[in-house]
Amino acid sequence: MAEAIPSPAQATFWLIQGRVLFWIVNLLGSACFAYIVAKRLAPLVRGQRDIRFDRPLIRLGRLLQYWFGQWRHPRYLAAGIIHIFLFAGFIVLVIHTVSLLALGTSDHPAAAGGLYGAISDYAATVVFLCMIVAIVRRLLKPARYAVPARYGKAHTPDAIFLLALIALLMVADSVFEASHAAGQWQHHLPVEPLAVMSLPWILQGALMAAPLPVLANLYLGAYLGHELTFFFLLCYRPFGIQFHVETSLFTVYFAKLDRGTVKPVRWGVPDDQLDQVKSFGVKTFEDFTWKHMLDFYSCADCGRCSDQCPANAVGRPLSPRFLTIKARDYSFQHYPVWGGAHNGKPGQPLIGGIYAEDEIWSCTTCGACEAECPLLVEYIDKIVDLRRGMVDEGKVPQSLQKPLKALESRGNPFGKMEKKKADWVKAKDFQQTCNVRILNGDGSADTLYFVDSITSYDDRIQAIGRATARILHSTGENFGILGAIEKDSGHDVRRFGEETLFMALREHNTEAIKASGVERIVTSDPHAYNALKHDYKDVPPVEHISEVIARKVRAGDIKLKQVEDENDVYAYHDPCYLGRHNGIYDAPREVLDAIPGLKRVEMRRSRDRSFCCGGGGLALFYEPKEDQRMGVKRVQMAAEAGANVIVTACPFCMVNMEDAIKVAGMEGKMTAIDLTELVEKQMR
Amino acid sequence: MEILVCARRVPDTSENEIEMNSAGNDIERDDLVYSVNEPDNYAVEEALEIVERTGGTVTVVTVGGDDDEEILRREMAMGAKQGVLLSDDAFEGSDGRGIATILAAFVKKGHYDLILTGVQAEDGAAQVGGMLAALLDYPFASLVNSIEVQQGKLKISREIEGGNKEINEIDLPCVLSIQTGINEPRYVGMRGIRQVASVPIPTFDGPYLGVNGDKAGLAAAKVKRLDYFVPPLGKGAEMLEGSTAEIVDKLIDLLKAKGGLN
Repeated sequence: MAEAIPSPAQATFWLIQGRVLFWIVNLLGSACFAYIVAKRLAPLVRGQRDIRFDRPLIRLGRLLQYWFGQWRHPRYLAAGIIHIFLFAGFIVLVIHTVSLLALGTSDHPAAAGGLYGAISDYAATVVFLCMIVAIVRRLLKPARYAVPARYGKAHTPDAIFLLALIALLMVADSVFEASHAAGQWQHHLPVEPLAVMSLPWILQGALMAAPLPVLANLYLGAYLGHELTFFFLLCYRPFGIQFHVETSLFTVYFAKLDRGTVKPVRWGVPDDQLDQVKSFGVKTFEDFTWKHMLDFYSCADCGRCSDQCPANAVGRPLSPRFLTIKARDYSFQHYPVWGGAHNGKPGQPLIGGIYAEDEIWSCTTCGACEAECPLLVEYIDKIVDLRRGMVDEGKVPQSLQKPLKALESRGNPFGKMEKKKADWVKAKDFQQTCNVRILNGDGSADTLYFVDSITSYDDRIQAIGRATARILHSTGENFGILGAIEKDSGHDVRRFGEETLFMALREHNTEAIKASGVERIVTSDPHAYNALKHDYKDVPPVEHISEVIARKVRAGDIKLKQVEDENDVYAYHDPCYLGRHNGIYDAPREVLDAIPGLKRVEMRRSRDRSFCCGGGGLALFYEPKEDQRMGVKRVQMAAEAGANVIVTACPFCMVNMEDAIKVAGMEGKMTAIDLTELVEKQMR
Repeated sequence: MEILVCARRVPDTSENEIEMNSAGNDIERDDLVYSVNEPDNYAVEEALEIVERTGGTVTVVTVGGDDDEEILRREMAMGAKQGVLLSDDAFEGSDGRGIATILAAFVKKGHYDLILTGVQAEDGAAQVGGMLAALLDYPFASLVNSIEVQQGKLKISREIEGGNKEINEIDLPCVLSIQTGINEPRYVGMRGIRQVASVPIPTFDGPYLGVNGDKAGLAAAKVKRLDYFVPPLGKGAEMLEGSTAEIVDKLIDLLKAKGGLN
């Protein structure tokens, strides 16, 4: 094809032939990028083992959904849509960019014209416009972008600089296309038409009357500008949040697949060999696994995790976003691109360094951050690993030491006596109408009701145990309980970092459950449910009572009568370990909707955006520094939704909600009831 | 600094429901769980923190039987270098002076710069520390709630009436009884205890210590427990009524009247 302007490869730049110059630029740029990436990989190589190469098909599927499909982005609609456009633009421009780079070194570049040419013209335009919007957003700052002083400084100028560079890249590309097309038009030479209303098309219109030497200079200048900006961006991104452009693909592919679980102390070390592991948990940066380090690089600092985090919302000293950003900054500082690793100071403790003890204990492991992160960055496993490290060094708040010691000696956090574990079944009016058997291993029961500590011992919560037993009893379920030999499930013992104690509790309960000879387990406690389902091995299948009730309502085994007061408005609060961690959102709602005359509303934050009540298990004992209780915020959300009854399906939620109603001064205006209690009341 | 901490194993009041036995002369001891006497745990933590600052080692000693090894292991898991058990059938039934005599005999066998006890045992009478100091002819300070190590002496503060502090200088070697709240004892997990599970615990008997039935044990005891007394139930609680603000006002007035608030 005849050309009005010489191609960049044939042109001469300051006495150097274009082909030679761009070979040098391409090689230097690529080598520089390779060097920086190699330096960034240095800590990952020193990180702990992490098994992430299994189940490739599932991983590919998730890559398609969350990375290519940008699945979680529209959860924040405005920012999400901008990102989807931007991402699509980048994907489209990959081939265009490669062919453009080749143009500088080849006399016969592959012409990328036709439909793809038009699409890439629009892609450049969309990316350019997205950059303008993104820059404006960073100047007008949504609240979640703010950086509290205790977490460091905002990187706004740097963010705007990077965005402006991408905008510049798009402009250079467009000027290049436009000046070429204008030159061809002027000389009536064949030219690939530019896409109507695209940025190159608009620029072409502006350049139509320009003299050829000007066009030639613009054409070659734009090409050179594009080359240099491209390689500068490529090499600059690994120094900040835009590194996610490269790393997100890997972070999403290697993301955690098994929700509800907690990572082992050390991947690849079986439980019975854990005693030989010298140090537990994460104490220094190098104790993180390589995948967790990769997460730090991939965080785009969008702030969605912290926007959803209940600990952050009530003023606890924890923000998941900065948990990551601080670790990333540590990594950049200790594994610099120039110079050796560590700056001469190896393995500094993280606690007391970049993290504070309170910060790490502030998490309730509710999982709101993980449910929100568009890049599937993990938090709970890191928090648990940091706690394991603190437990190993004896750094445990005094408020947690008593319950942990009691769990060790009595098998429950309250220090109550084992022989009183089944006292809740002996309540007067209850025992006469509903006799709960204590299983003795004769195999006479099919179902085990795993009660767990709080339902066994707490005066208020025992009512949930009795309601559950009555529901099972009245539907003809052949069930029993373990009684005195049942110990705490250990669910939150594990999540508070006391792995050894958890394993002892698990071992004890596993044996007791096996000896009982049951075929299945039912529990009314989502924490016990999650533990039995994900943390225990070789125990019969477990169901939460809400699933059992929903099934029996469907089958007609449970018949529910009209609500007493039709003016009551109910809101269902999703317990974290039922909803987010196990995906049980619909069964409880189905049961509520089966009660004739019951009016139900949804809270602003429900289902996988549910707002944690304050946490269960050991979180009940922890005394956090906070401005407000999570539960108070939650009951206020219920009031906002127009509800006066909060229905929950977790004993810990009940404790926190009832406390919160009192603290918020909403007694008489708001009540909390467990799903089992409501169903018991409505059963005919 | 070589520090010896005297510790004791007691029924854990937060994990037991303490009841009288049918004879009324002791508590019901079936189904009890035990732990380190809480003030003793603070004493061990304080000793560990001193050693972390100034060097040296911490030894924990207890008078008792095989069951009492449990608390020595817990304190070793916490960081004490050694646990020592002083055990002899002849020691059984010792009163406070008997325990102090046994401990004093052990102290004389070694070289300790500082000896710490808890301020009192939860089932005890806060007497062993003082008696031990007297038997050793060491200076003694009770209710200590801070320790600063100086050359050949300590600067300590003691808790006095109304939460005030009294600052003293005390020469080494000395005996201190440690008040709770002096520090935040570190956590000891199951893993830590397992790691010291097979460390041998030296056990010394009466003949080795030179303490026989004349000096310790039931026969030598000059204080004997006769009975336990459970206070009768009072009339019950007074319920304050009114709005939250009124209740708060009434409560503050009551607390002031009864001396709970200044």
